[in-house]
Amino acid sequence: MKKMINDPDRVVQDMTDGLAAAYPDKVRKIPDTTVIVRNDAPVGGKVGLVSGGGSGHEPAHAGYVGRGMLDAAVAGEVFTSPTPDQVLEAIKAVDAGEGVFLVIKNYTGDVLNFEMAAELAEAEGISVEHVVVNDDVAVEDSTATTGRRGIAGTVFVHKIAGAKAEQGASLADVKAVAERVVANVRSMGMALTPCVMPASGKAGFELEEGEMEVGIGIHGEPGIERKPVARADAIAEELTGKVLSDLDFSGSDVAVMVNGMGATPEMELFLINKKVQSILHDKGIHVYRTFVGDYMTSMEMAGCSVTLLKLDEEMKELLDATSDAPAFRI
Amino acid sequence: MELNVDDIVQWMINANDNIQENKDDLTTLDQPIGDGDHGINMARGFQEVVAKVSNEHYDTVGAVLKDVAVTLMSKVGGASGPLFGTAFLQMSMTMKALTTVDRDAFVRGLTAALDGVKQRGKADAGEKTMIDVWQPVVTLCKETSDVRADELVQTAQAAMEKTKDMLATKGRAAYFKEKSIGHIDPGAASSYYIFSALAEVLQEKNE
Repeated sequence: MKKMINDPDRVVQDMTDGLAAAYPDKVRKIPDTTVIVRNDAPVGGKVGLVSGGGSGHEPAHAGYVGRGMLDAAVAGEVFTSPTPDQVLEAIKAVDAGEGVFLVIKNYTGDVLNFEMAAELAEAEGISVEHVVVNDDVAVEDSTATTGRRGIAGTVFVHKIAGAKAEQGASLADVKAVAERVVANVRSMGMALTPCVMPASGKAGFELEEGEMEVGIGIHGEPGIERKPVARADAIAEELTGKVLSDLDFSGSDVAVMVNGMGATPEMELFLINKKVQSILHDKGIHVYRTFVGDYMTSMEMAGCSVTLLKLDEEMKELLDATSDAPAFRI
Repeated sequence: MELNVDDIVQWMINANDNIQENKDDLTTLDQPIGDGDHGINMARGFQEVVAKVSNEHYDTVGAVLKDVAVTLMSKVGGASGPLFGTAFLQMSMTMKALTTVDRDAFVRGLTAALDGVKQRGKADAGEKTMIDVWQPVVTLCKETSDVRADELVQTAQAAMEKTKDMLATKGRAAYFKEKSIGHIDPGAASSYYIFSALAEVLQEKNE
């Protein structure tokens, strides 16, 4: 397998250094950590927003650090939760006295490590609240989860809770809107090819030529079914159908995200989006805003996920609010 | 039973020796029902614990155990780091000001550790986890006025072996459902090595 890396053990350090160097006007890296924070953190009068998780999902999460979105992102090793000490550094760096809100994807390791960090922060006198995102409708339990997994829908939580915090809302109000997003967002993904772990140089799983896996997780965890690669329209129908059957979207306004898994040409994502839009149109669901691109990836996995978020008026306003995060500019 | 700062440091040194020695076995246990890195992670963590606590001067038992906790949390990773870290952190908080711990103080510490792990892991006894070793050890220490080293080892070992026939309902092993039966839980096995390391300390003090 070919990869552009130096030392497999330093991939995350090197990546976060490079990211901080790319946007020096917006973010910085806390020395001796893998934490990326807003340059102006802690921002006075504002709740600090922290997310993070294993690396390999870029631009998640450090790409979402910026005004109007996250205050800090913590990068763990590839597909491995960051440790509580790292999360604690992020919390301390963004706390301006208004409290800190954590956005956690539902993986056992992430939940344990972030909750532990929250307790350590509270022991130091910082108020911390959190939300656990579980938008993936594919499977109920997995090798890495109790309950559903958190995938691309997490980016909408970052955006909407981030905009709320930017308005100067209280910790309780930020939490309330984040919980509303989690309750109203659903996703499902699929893959054509696996991703390769930098440490081992090996694919995380195998897929035969001509085969796809529906419902796969963003770490290559098992999905629902392996079957011959279908036409783009059929793939879009299957993913969207599963999402629509999980929550009643009828008559509502939605945000759509067609997310690439890392190695999917945009061309193919737009093919998927075309069908998703026509399905929603036929069902009388109004698309308020659409996002197509790589938002929550799985390194060089080829494939996509479809996310729908049922919007209320406040969520629309917060979705449209300014964000200067490098990977989510509005 | 009376444990001072040096005894706690020795406990960690013994625990590290046990875990290093059985690193491959722990990883083998983790392969069928986990992701196969438990031994490697625990060995890395306890090695760091020993490097930390054998080079520091401590005034209280609580201070040693707090460093143990923080090191495990930051060096073990995965789910085991926060779970074992929580156990030692909760234990340390009950022993903050103590230069030595007697049996009552130790029981309080162990109980706090067990409660912390239950809360952190949202799990209870009988779910094929480390709790299935910690719970009977706590009970033994509570009900015995002077715990003997051999009793402690026997209790922890029997408890670890009992996890073999349990059905996992929490953690990664739960995904394997019925297939998890027939395998000892890796977290229970690590806990056994930690308590047998403590038994070695008790044994030596009695000699």
